[in-house]
Amino acid sequence: MLSRVAERVYWAGRYLERTEDSARLIDVHSQLLLDLPPAVGVGWPQAMTIMGLSDAVSRSAAASERDTLKRLLTDESCTSSVIATVALARENFRTTRDIVPSEAWQCVNELHLFARSQLRWAVGQRRRHDILSEVVARVQQIRGILHDTMSHGPAFHFLRIGTALERADMCTRIIDVAVASLLQRAEPLQRYDNTLWMSTLKSLSAYQMYRQYVRRRIRGPDVLAFLFQDAEFPRSIRHCLLEIEQCLERLPNGGALTKKLYVVTKSVTNLEVRKLDIAALHAEVDRLQVALADLNTQMSEAWFRPEDDSRKK
Amino acid sequence: MRIDWKQYDPGNTFDELLRAPGQPRPAAEALTRYLASLSPKQLASRQDAAERAIVEMGITFTVYSEGRNIDRAWPFDIIPRTIPADEWDRVAAGLTQRLTALNMFIDDLYHHQRIIRDGIVPAEIIATSTNFLKPAIGARPAHGVWANICGTDLIRDADGTVYVLEDNLRVPSGVSYMLENRIITKRVFPELFSESSIRAVDDYPSLLFEMLTSLSPRELERPEVVVLTPGIYNSAYFEHAYLAQRMGVELVEGSDLVVGDDDCVYMRSITGLERIDVIYRRINDTSLDPECFEPDSLLGVPGIMRAWRAGNVSLANAPGSGVADDKVVYAYVPKIIRYYLDEEALLPNVPTHLCSDPTELEYVLANLDKLVVKPANESGGYGMLVGSHATRKEREEFAPQVKANPRNYIAQPVLNLSTVPTLVEGKLEPRHVDLRPFILQGASTAVTAGGLTRVALRRGSLVVNSSQGGGSKDTWIVETAAKPAAKPAAKRRRR
Repeated sequence: MLSRVAERVYWAGRYLERTEDSARLIDVHSQLLLDLPPAVGVGWPQAMTIMGLSDAVSRSAAASERDTLKRLLTDESCTSSVIATVALARENFRTTRDIVPSEAWQCVNELHLFARSQLRWAVGQRRRHDILSEVVARVQQIRGILHDTMSHGPAFHFLRIGTALERADMCTRIIDVAVASLLQRAEPLQRYDNTLWMSTLKSLSAYQMYRQYVRRRIRGPDVLAFLFQDAEFPRSIRHCLLEIEQCLERLPNGGALTKKLYVVTKSVTNLEVRKLDIAALHAEVDRLQVALADLNTQMSEAWFRPEDDSRKK
Repeated sequence: MRIDWKQYDPGNTFDELLRAPGQPRPAAEALTRYLASLSPKQLASRQDAAERAIVEMGITFTVYSEGRNIDRAWPFDIIPRTIPADEWDRVAAGLTQRLTALNMFIDDLYHHQRIIRDGIVPAEIIATSTNFLKPAIGARPAHGVWANICGTDLIRDADGTVYVLEDNLRVPSGVSYMLENRIITKRVFPELFSESSIRAVDDYPSLLFEMLTSLSPRELERPEVVVLTPGIYNSAYFEHAYLAQRMGVELVEGSDLVVGDDDCVYMRSITGLERIDVIYRRINDTSLDPECFEPDSLLGVPGIMRAWRAGNVSLANAPGSGVADDKVVYAYVPKIIRYYLDEEALLPNVPTHLCSDPTELEYVLANLDKLVVKPANESGGYGMLVGSHATRKEREEFAPQVKANPRNYIAQPVLNLSTVPTLVEGKLEPRHVDLRPFILQGASTAVTAGGLTRVALRRGSLVVNSSQGGGSKDTWIVETAAKPAAKPAAKRRRR
């Protein structure tokens, strides 16, 4: 498999996942804001921070909801917007069309056409949920096609690593913002905590599984432990890391990277989440984000742009 | 109002579907009957369905416009063009004969040049050809075949004669659109395919792959074949990706390949460097190797010509094949066929005036209003003058260019290209077409069933190139004789 193609497939997986995650986040956040009085202090800036838009414009309280949503959904110059990630996913699939099943490419292309014509109607409230859930559903369909029609060889593993890495990254971002805004609030506002933690779970599609497997009322530390460490929920950080490990093991010369990642996974597994204070949680999130960024670099060195051309077979 | 074929008048051109108003040709009988049974609304909804399918399937070609490249949907007309199978078999035989002779000609030019020494082709046309590549002299491509993939443009004149308009022996494109046009037409008119016997076209990728593996310098069970593209900004990128996908081979760019100290070509893969045996290259000769040709080309692979000359990798088409699709060489093709094969050309050339000949030049300049004048080495319909459609001023400006460099121009009479009914604002009107079949030659030769029919969408226009407002149609090779034997005995019943 070509190095260049491996890299594009990996990014195709990342952008596709980012599209799904952002669409869901914006949808869930919209629902949440309907349930909260302004005094709770939750608004669009939190969502923007999660999506990596923490510049002054984004944090400005004065920005109208309309402007904010335009930026998050349809601003092509903003690389974190949904339209931009869809376009990037499509471009990476378009340039790997020779190895991606054509049914999947066609759905990616249709997702792009849908996003281009429909996202602008999600700026207003009325159709936002319908359109965003269709974006999510289309991404899930694409992933299903890829899983069931593409050989589970190197290309598929790179795609899966991209997906899992992006998903883990999104999970750390959501945890980070939730910790910042939820664990340090004044007494009178705590009666909204249940709603807020529920919303945190929902933005990762984790609410229902949390209910089934944790079987306890929603408490911040339990939610955090579930998102960090659950071994069976496919969007928990630990699960994503295990998935990446499995893929790395199957790739040629993946041994060294697997070992490095194993250390990270182990530290997540052994974390005593419920005992950590806010500062320690932040530090943990930072450490994980650095580890994910390192993994990205190491993959690049191992497979995408190897410096050494003397490795003839 | 439903289609009334009596109202359809192709005038004095040869129409591919109708002999005269209201009289379909035998190969088009089922089609015209079926079309007449559709209401205008049904017809329009089928064209819509086709256009939607093209957008959804992402069938595009890339055009440059205002400094950025745009992926445009492929323009397609749903009314197919029909050709009777027995006629097509004769055309295919002519195409095979022509490519066989052209390949012998190219091989001769890069070795002994017998044809020049025997005085059949003048030495000057080689000496002045920009497509004759010195680094290719003495090279020995597999099977002695240089042009492995050829797209030959055919046209039909008013009297029904099929002429060869030009041979494209460098990097002909269009075959993916031929394949996609069929897929779309099957979706739009499924009824017709179950009713008539139309030859399938979808085995092209297998034939191409087989031909390419037959070129491998190493005797391997599975030689490593790749498609080399100039990249996503090339107008035919869609096709490069399409063919790689359908053949199941890697689509590579120049930067993915590297030539080792052992003069072998390798690709940069996730397991290190992997040796390549056959490259179906879709980049031009002079961009292939910055060591040999344009030193600042970023598209090519330094040293690839070395590897090719050493016989360590096959390039299809072989560098230098373009010497034979020079429009001046074209004029000599009938003689070339006679010289190498001792046969008469089965497919005629369009009568061609070589401006390099002073008498012919004088005739051309005096008759500019009746001729098409073409540069010898351009493709895509660029830089030519259609005398009958040009203004006096355009002709006066063109003449000095021809005089300044007569070797670079040829002239041909304006042929009245045949027409096919085409959907224009809900009605069927005659539009001019050409046909580009594809011929594959390696260990053996194969010709596509039909090819890509290109159509000039503007009334009266003869320019069919997609870069200049042309569209395309599906091409049906129709068996007109009695249908082949009845279907095999009932299949075993499913439990």
